[in-house]
Amino acid sequence: MSARLGLVAAVLAGVLIGVGGYTFVYAKGYSYLTNDPAACANCHIMREHFAAWNRSSHRAVAVCNDCHTPPDLVGKYTTKAQNGFWHSFYFTTGRYPDPLRITPRNQRVTEAACRKCHAELAASIDSTPRHQDRARLVCTKCHNDVGHIE
Amino acid sequence: MTETPNRRRWLPIALTLVVALGAAGLIALLVNIFQRQQEARNPFYRVVELNDDIDDPQIWGKNFPLQYDGYRRTVDQVRTRYGGSEAMPRTPTASDPRSIVAQSRLEEDPRLKTMWAGYAFSRDFREERGHAYMLEDQTFTERQNVAQQPGTCMHCHASVYVPYRKLGGGDLIKGFEAMNQMKYQEARTLVKHPVACIDCHEPNTMQLRVTRPGFLEGIQKVKAAQGVVNYDVNRDATRQEMRAYVCGQCHVEYYFKGSEKRLTYPWDKGLKADDILAYYEEAGVKDWTHAESGAPVLKAQHPEFELWSQGIHARSGVACADCHMPFQRVGAMKITDHHVRSPLLNINRACQTCHHWPEEELRARVQTIQDRTYQVRNLALDALLALIGEIKAARSGGASDVVLAKPRGHQRRAQFLLDFIEAENSMGFHADQEAMRILALSIDESRRGQVAVR
Repeated sequence: MSARLGLVAAVLAGVLIGVGGYTFVYAKGYSYLTNDPAACANCHIMREHFAAWNRSSHRAVAVCNDCHTPPDLVGKYTTKAQNGFWHSFYFTTGRYPDPLRITPRNQRVTEAACRKCHAELAASIDSTPRHQDRARLVCTKCHNDVGHIE
Repeated sequence: MTETPNRRRWLPIALTLVVALGAAGLIALLVNIFQRQQEARNPFYRVVELNDDIDDPQIWGKNFPLQYDGYRRTVDQVRTRYGGSEAMPRTPTASDPRSIVAQSRLEEDPRLKTMWAGYAFSRDFREERGHAYMLEDQTFTERQNVAQQPGTCMHCHASVYVPYRKLGGGDLIKGFEAMNQMKYQEARTLVKHPVACIDCHEPNTMQLRVTRPGFLEGIQKVKAAQGVVNYDVNRDATRQEMRAYVCGQCHVEYYFKGSEKRLTYPWDKGLKADDILAYYEEAGVKDWTHAESGAPVLKAQHPEFELWSQGIHARSGVACADCHMPFQRVGAMKITDHHVRSPLLNINRACQTCHHWPEEELRARVQTIQDRTYQVRNLALDALLALIGEIKAARSGGASDVVLAKPRGHQRRAQFLLDFIEAENSMGFHADQEAMRILALSIDESRRGQVAVR
């Protein structure tokens, strides 16, 4: 009896793994584990951002992940998982506001990315008397087209 | 065995149910992914074969129902503070069957009647309605009864690409030249539709293209002045430029040149109001003689393209279509909204794609610019009317044409510069500082005119 139950369970698990695996491969799920910017444009919603990045000043020095995920491995994949889930959720249901806006958490990640490479410049701006006592400036507020406009 | 026989019976059933739900979910996801990928291909269904001889937008609409749907919405009449049109009821007459028209600008501001005294515009001038009405409103305006209008008007009030080519035996320019010389009523029988798909799109690729001879020749002159020889807009313009140029085919200043009434865009010296005025002065163009002052004056016409070209949006590479026909998502497809209208009626998609501020803030910014322009436009209009009044008084006091030539020249220039901003459909927004500069030039001309007449 328990051997038969095991067999049924194995068949059912096989079905799930098969369908799930096929969906994963069909949707190019593996590409999201890479660093390739083209993966981010798998969904057509990101095409303009991808196209704009391709023409931007940062194209030669940074890919999507450099600005949109933290540099450490854990942070990177946590961010990818979190954003990946919500992007898939909204894209599947089709219920999201237009134009797209960055979330506060992602904004912080991106801001940290600017300041990672442009540390000296950012420090010299933050330390001017005018800016010292105020809320820290957000780079992309003015430089909103360095990565991609939109 | 700790399991009860009962539990052993239910376990496989429960397991099957869970896996069934999981599989159903996965397959639903798979189908959704497939669907989204299909949508991403932006499919269109070729239910009719289009070619360069089909001008009926309804037929094009069969292939492009979403775009056609938006196009048809240009019948909407909605007001903004300084533009848009309001549906005014009207009693149809034998010569004008329209039961709804837009509000009269002459009633809103009677000073315009004085500015245009002696010209057809002083009889009937209403706020423009949407694209859907361009042919109807042109056909039935009271101006038709005051003066004989030429067939040239069709260039921008009807879909003329096919009619021009038919009339010219296949040659667009020949057809254009032939229709210019007809009477309006005769030319009217050759056209059927207001601006249609074929006027801006190539039928096989849907690429944007310029079909209007006035712009083909006009933009060549602009480029020639910049040192670009033999410019062919359909060959040399970028896609983004075309998203402004197709609108610039008609939303421009123009005049009818010579006895052949050739539609001409006065851009030989450039696109600025004073460049255009300098061209008119040199060419000695006059639209009519002012009834009160006797000055040889000009009427400016909707120079949206020219004013836009002097503004920050043009400088930043933002084309007409970006704000007046912004992208919209329909399902997962991204299309150009063919409901051409004021961006103020669609701030979310028209402005907020680039300007990350609340709608109210953006509306307030626009209206601040427009309120300021309107205030100075009123000052310029008062100054002009004061000048016209003084020339009129001097004239009835017996002043000779020789004495009045100078003040009349100032009136002509003041009037054109003012009308350039007045007739332009953004109340200064398309290039705010340029609009103020032009109005200041106008006020200065009125002032000089008053000095000259005294």
